[in-house]
Amino acid sequence: MRGELKYDAVVIGAGTAGLVAGARLAEGGARVCVLAKGVGSTHLAPGTIDVLGYAPERVTSPAAAVDELAAARPDHPYARLGFEAIAEAVRWFSERVESGPRPPLPEYRYVGDLERNILLPTAVGALRPSALVPETMAAGDSASHDRVCIVGTRSLRDFHPALCAANLRRAGIDARSVEIEIEVERADQNTLELARRFDDPAWRAAFAGRLALKLQAHESVGLPAMLGIRDPHGAWSDVQHRLGRPVFEIPGLPPSVPGMRLYEILRSTLRNAGGRLVLGAEVVSCERDGSRVVSVAARSAGHDAHYAAPWFVLASGGFGSGGIELDSRWAAHERVLGLELRGLPGPDQPRFVGDYLAEQPMARVGVAVDGELRAEGADNVMVAGAALPGAVPWREGSGEGIALASGSHAAQLVLSRSGAPAGAAA
Amino acid sequence: MTDGVLGELMRGSLDHCVKCTICETQCPVSNVTPLFPGPKFAGPQAERYRVAGEPSVDSSVDYCSGCGICSMVCPQGVKIAEINSQARNRLKQQKGFPLRDRIITRPTWLGRAGSPVAPLANLTIDMRPLRILGEKLLKIHRDAPAPEFARQRFSRWAKGRTSPATGRKIVYFHGCGTEYYEPWEGQKVVQILEHNGFEVVVPKQDCCGLPLQSSGLFDDARKVVLRLARALVPYVRDDPDTIIVGNATSCTLMLKREAREILSLEDDPDLKLVSERTYDICELLLELHHRGELKSDFKPVNEHIFYHAPCQQQGHWIGKPALELFALIPGLEVTEGNARCCGIAGTYGLKAEKYDIAMAVGADLFAQVRDSGATEVACDSETCRWQITHGTGEKSVHPIDYLHRAYGL
Repeated sequence: MRGELKYDAVVIGAGTAGLVAGARLAEGGARVCVLAKGVGSTHLAPGTIDVLGYAPERVTSPAAAVDELAAARPDHPYARLGFEAIAEAVRWFSERVESGPRPPLPEYRYVGDLERNILLPTAVGALRPSALVPETMAAGDSASHDRVCIVGTRSLRDFHPALCAANLRRAGIDARSVEIEIEVERADQNTLELARRFDDPAWRAAFAGRLALKLQAHESVGLPAMLGIRDPHGAWSDVQHRLGRPVFEIPGLPPSVPGMRLYEILRSTLRNAGGRLVLGAEVVSCERDGSRVVSVAARSAGHDAHYAAPWFVLASGGFGSGGIELDSRWAAHERVLGLELRGLPGPDQPRFVGDYLAEQPMARVGVAVDGELRAEGADNVMVAGAALPGAVPWREGSGEGIALASGSHAAQLVLSRSGAPAGAAA
Repeated sequence: MTDGVLGELMRGSLDHCVKCTICETQCPVSNVTPLFPGPKFAGPQAERYRVAGEPSVDSSVDYCSGCGICSMVCPQGVKIAEINSQARNRLKQQKGFPLRDRIITRPTWLGRAGSPVAPLANLTIDMRPLRILGEKLLKIHRDAPAPEFARQRFSRWAKGRTSPATGRKIVYFHGCGTEYYEPWEGQKVVQILEHNGFEVVVPKQDCCGLPLQSSGLFDDARKVVLRLARALVPYVRDDPDTIIVGNATSCTLMLKREAREILSLEDDPDLKLVSERTYDICELLLELHHRGELKSDFKPVNEHIFYHAPCQQQGHWIGKPALELFALIPGLEVTEGNARCCGIAGTYGLKAEKYDIAMAVGADLFAQVRDSGATEVACDSETCRWQITHGTGEKSVHPIDYLHRAYGL
């Protein structure tokens, strides 16, 4: 027998775009299965919702800048989605964080909106614009404090408070740094292990007691993002209360604790709505009937598993995640379904430019899509997230905005075309 | 492809590691003890320092429980768990295997010795002085969960009956847990399959070798798993429609993938065929449902249960089919746990030096079970069920128990 599972929609990829598409399809009444090779990009990202940070100058208000960007770059995903789609997706996200049926992280909130970007310090003290940020980071808003004290510990080798504070001073912020000893059990400590300790009320009380002695009047406190993984709201508000001053997290190198919280919010939203999630299931081939994908084969132990559906959402990412690859012969491929790509430099054009941090010619490569973000040549495949062409999320500060809006758009288009149960699609 | 080439490809997958740390965030063991530095450190990183013919650089890889979560969550496809299992084998070859590891990895010997004298054997298992002695002599922890031998082995029950001939044959691989400890689970599997029109064949069979493999006794594990493959393969070789189904999810995973990849038995044609044709029972039932072939005469089961998908079930890379099956049963309320692991990892949590780690790993799951208010726990693996009962005091059964009840069989 050849096993085949049938769903209303199959989503490929479990990063932000895939989980959002899956959750919204499930909420709309579709039987949905999310297939992923592994855990997605959330664990590697800061956990903020970046909608538009640079266009190309630093953006003060995403609401004002998105339309301008869309007008200037008709190939950008935002030009096809429009501002209202972004705003709707961000509203949906905020609601799910706060009032999901069974919130995985009690009372944990995101704050901010599309009217004004919040400038948060990075681990090296640069200021980075985000539209929505976890409440645990919000007090890092450079507009909201006069003096900050950046706190680090030698046991975290990837976070250097003096470097962070020095760069903040360069940006005109009155910042200093202190180190605090944390007894560690292993040489290579990361923020996740410390976050688990912050979940323990007794441990964090003792930590706050020791830190309080090192602080001066009227300064806010910036800490690496490690204030709890199970109960971040409880850990953050407790530390803030004990120190009697605003406290904020600074996201740093992976593993990203706030990114893991974001994953848990999206994963549980998908599961609570009845959607399936299959990890380890790398999609290795697909069956097509003309311009439609009929089913995909995913790796499972012993034999491939086949998933058939009238609709597929491709959210497998770009070069960063391996969804798109450049082979040793300089040919680019979309690796999952073999779809056509757009945005490749022509044979006579340069493949790289000398300035490493400038926009590289390959940066806007993505799956060729029509005006509805359907893959060209595959009528029942929606494309979402970093697989889309035309954007350079890491330069624009637009990754989560594109993921939320295109994941939502894919779900809504599929629901509207597939005659989901009446009233189910809100 | 030859064994050597596959082994090299598996090891070579470490070059795909981008040090993203996703495996470290998900490892149940390194998150509770500094004795295991984590899958990335012990695997893709430390492997570069392991040189053939030279002593292993450190022995921390022995604390890997072999749950396989790291390989499942890796977005780059690095064979982390497999690299670590092979490193553990090489380490144990250098350091020697304790007598304990040669005993507890032989469920067939234990079962054959214990089940004929089940009442006496069970009494012995419960006797505190003997357990303390066992800890001192054999390093089997005195508090580790020990199942009771069943008075009648599953195969004895199966021998006394024949499935109605329907022409739709299916081969049942019951594993040692069903054979010696929980024969009723096997009886339920047979009855559910027969109810759905299958003619169930129960071949003479033996251990899959997983306990040997996970303790690093690779040579013995190879002999045991190949013997099982030889026993099963005649039933599927000439019949492309016949499959093998099992309820012991870690043992079916051993047949499907682990024996071939970890033990480097990729080339064995019998094992290959058995591997491709083996199904987990819930995987099979869900596929039948999707094809419209699963009987749906389910009566209500008014229970609130907690479901824990064990690591080795997750390792099939098929998601959690039990949850979709539960949704077919009227009245059944299910709380899905999201703890990673119960800690036992087959025989890991029995070992005196690892028992406390196993209990620390399981603490999250035990708390979730207690907080859920559920009256029973469903879980696909027998050793995990015993550990869950040990950690929570709650009854734990295989997911198919609820289908069996709903069918009224």
